[in-house]
Amino acid sequence: MGPLEAHFRAARDGGRKLLVPYVTGGYPGWQEAVRAAAAAGADGIEIGIPFSDPVMDGPVIQQASQAALDAGATPPAILDAAADLEVGIPLAVMTYYNLVHHDGHRRFAGRLVRAGIAGCILPDLPLEESGPWCESADHEGVETIMLAAPTAPDERLPRVVERCRGFVYAVGLLGVTGERTSLAATATELAGRLKAITELPVLVGVGVSDAEQARQACRVADGVVQGASVVRRLMTGGPDAVGEYVAEVRAAIDGR
Amino acid sequence: MRGVRDRSLLAEPSSTGRFGEFGGRFVPETLVPACQELEAAFRAAWADPVFRGELDAVLRDYAGRPSILTECHNLGAELGLRLLLKREDLNHTGSHKINNVLGQALLAKRMGKTRLVAETGAGQHGVAAATAAALMGMECRVYMGAVDVERQALNVFRMRLLGATVEQVESGSRTLKDAVNEAMRDWVATVADTHYCLGSVMGPHPYPWMVRQFHLVVGTEARGQVEALTGGPPDVVVACVGGGSNAMGIFSGFVDGPARLVGAEPSGGAAVGRGVPGVVHGMRSYLMQDEHGQVEEAHSVSAGLDYPGVGPEHAYLASIGRAEYPPVADAEVLDAFQLLARTEGILCAFEPAHGLAWVVREAPNLRGQTVLLCLSGRGDKDVAQAMDLIGPEGGRDILGPDA
Ligand SMILES: Cc1ncc(COP(=O)(O)O)c(C=O)c1O
Repeated sequence: MGPLEAHFRAARDGGRKLLVPYVTGGYPGWQEAVRAAAAAGADGIEIGIPFSDPVMDGPVIQQASQAALDAGATPPAILDAAADLEVGIPLAVMTYYNLVHHDGHRRFAGRLVRAGIAGCILPDLPLEESGPWCESADHEGVETIMLAAPTAPDERLPRVVERCRGFVYAVGLLGVTGERTSLAATATELAGRLKAITELPVLVGVGVSDAEQARQACRVADGVVQGASVVRRLMTGGPDAVGEYVAEVRAAIDGR
Repeated sequence: MRGVRDRSLLAEPSSTGRFGEFGGRFVPETLVPACQELEAAFRAAWADPVFRGELDAVLRDYAGRPSILTECHNLGAELGLRLLLKREDLNHTGSHKINNVLGQALLAKRMGKTRLVAETGAGQHGVAAATAAALMGMECRVYMGAVDVERQALNVFRMRLLGATVEQVESGSRTLKDAVNEAMRDWVATVADTHYCLGSVMGPHPYPWMVRQFHLVVGTEARGQVEALTGGPPDVVVACVGGGSNAMGIFSGFVDGPARLVGAEPSGGAAVGRGVPGVVHGMRSYLMQDEHGQVEEAHSVSAGLDYPGVGPEHAYLASIGRAEYPPVADAEVLDAFQLLARTEGILCAFEPAHGLAWVVREAPNLRGQTVLLCLSGRGDKDVAQAMDLIGPEGGRDILGPDA
């Protein structure tokens, strides 16, 4: 078991709901935002490495990614900066497969390890195509977090979970990242289906848009990943706004 | 000359959708079941004589197939070769795109889908998709980059007249690649009732294979027509390559024979020429990208070829040396576009003018040969842009009255 999974299991088994904010790497102020989120009670942070063609992302994260790319963000530069974060909670990167493919599986996994990154999420690398990357990641000690989708038939979920390390990322709705006015019914439905078949922590991400929705998702799930709602605050209010928001969500899922 | 192969190069891709090391299914987990369902439905339909009969009928009675073969006696004489055009420009809606779209729309109906989404570059695929949706009573939404909306305004209005919604895409390079991203995002959210009607031999498995199958008709017809006219196969088969669907269509008739296969890429969108293997839009193929793997923007006078990737089967044919993919510059394309109009009375689209531009450039080395060119679309959509680029005086008169 890797350090990310160990940390999350221990927290979950201790009765804590897990909160993982997403921050777009390379966006101005992103490191301060990561620190603010950690200080406000995040259990782990997902760092986005921007890609030119982010098919799983809606307008907010697309915009932040584009702004980061325009500001000159590159994968090595973001990972170098991540190595200096030292926030005391596990970090994972979220990026698209071409950046990994282009660098080479072993090389990219090695870069993550040297940057102190525990986990990796590749939303356009489904189970059937994931073998070569997962082998390299396992070998280097990077935990690959697989996505499970509401469209998966029952026979598919156990195979996804089997390949999964760290935690299971339950895609909350049919759609891409972005804020919605209410939590989709698919979020808790899928979390329930996953909880029934795995001991891994199950976190709902995509479309968990505010503190109340996070609280609702955590009735079934072990925690939430929040992306667009965090990034929007980073873009409009800077790192402090991220810290305030994470504290608010923390309080909601702690039942305070 | 190539020997006869024991295995057809037109075989199905592998069970993981690979042509050699290219292809695959790199999509978000949400779409995996949809791609599997589509593959199963296509396999069943393609093997079903009733479906094939329906498709043949609509291609004949609606799209106007077979398309004719035209010999260019004037231009051929000028170039010192025998030039034959496969006239996909004469299909209903003015390009080869209708072959694929009618196939996919029939399939989508058979699968119980009520809505089509499509991406478009030049607008020809969007127009074809809107047309098929109108014919079959389906809802249709077309994603088009803002840059293309501007340079292909006529096709935007055409799609709207046909009842489709056109969504202008403002992200990234605001061209075809970004329209594909946006169409995929739509599909991720609407997969239950929506079919993604992809417009070329690209994307996740089964699209590259399925779209090629729907375009086999181009190559099959052309092979018979060339044979009837010349008594044998052509020496060279030429097509333009964006994603590569018209090229795969016409190549399919000749790939197992001796003909040289040439796919002309725009020099600003030369995925085979300038790309390295990469993964985007659901497939592993040659892709123009920077040192970190960010996808580069293509730049071409032709909206339909303004794409940094290429269909995986072309990547495969290039990798084994069976087809070649020379780049062609915008200026050569504009010359070829005017040359065909003046010598043969045919206004072609900018896209197939790439193929012709290669023939013109290479003509000294093709003396006496029979060259088959896929004339993938007609030029109406490009006339306004041509006027901007060439000037309203146009063609020869540009030399002035005394010239
Ligand atoms: C007339 C015409 N030819 C060719 C293309 C390029 O597509 P493909 O390479 O798939 O044939 C287009 C695309 O819009 C087109 O409109």
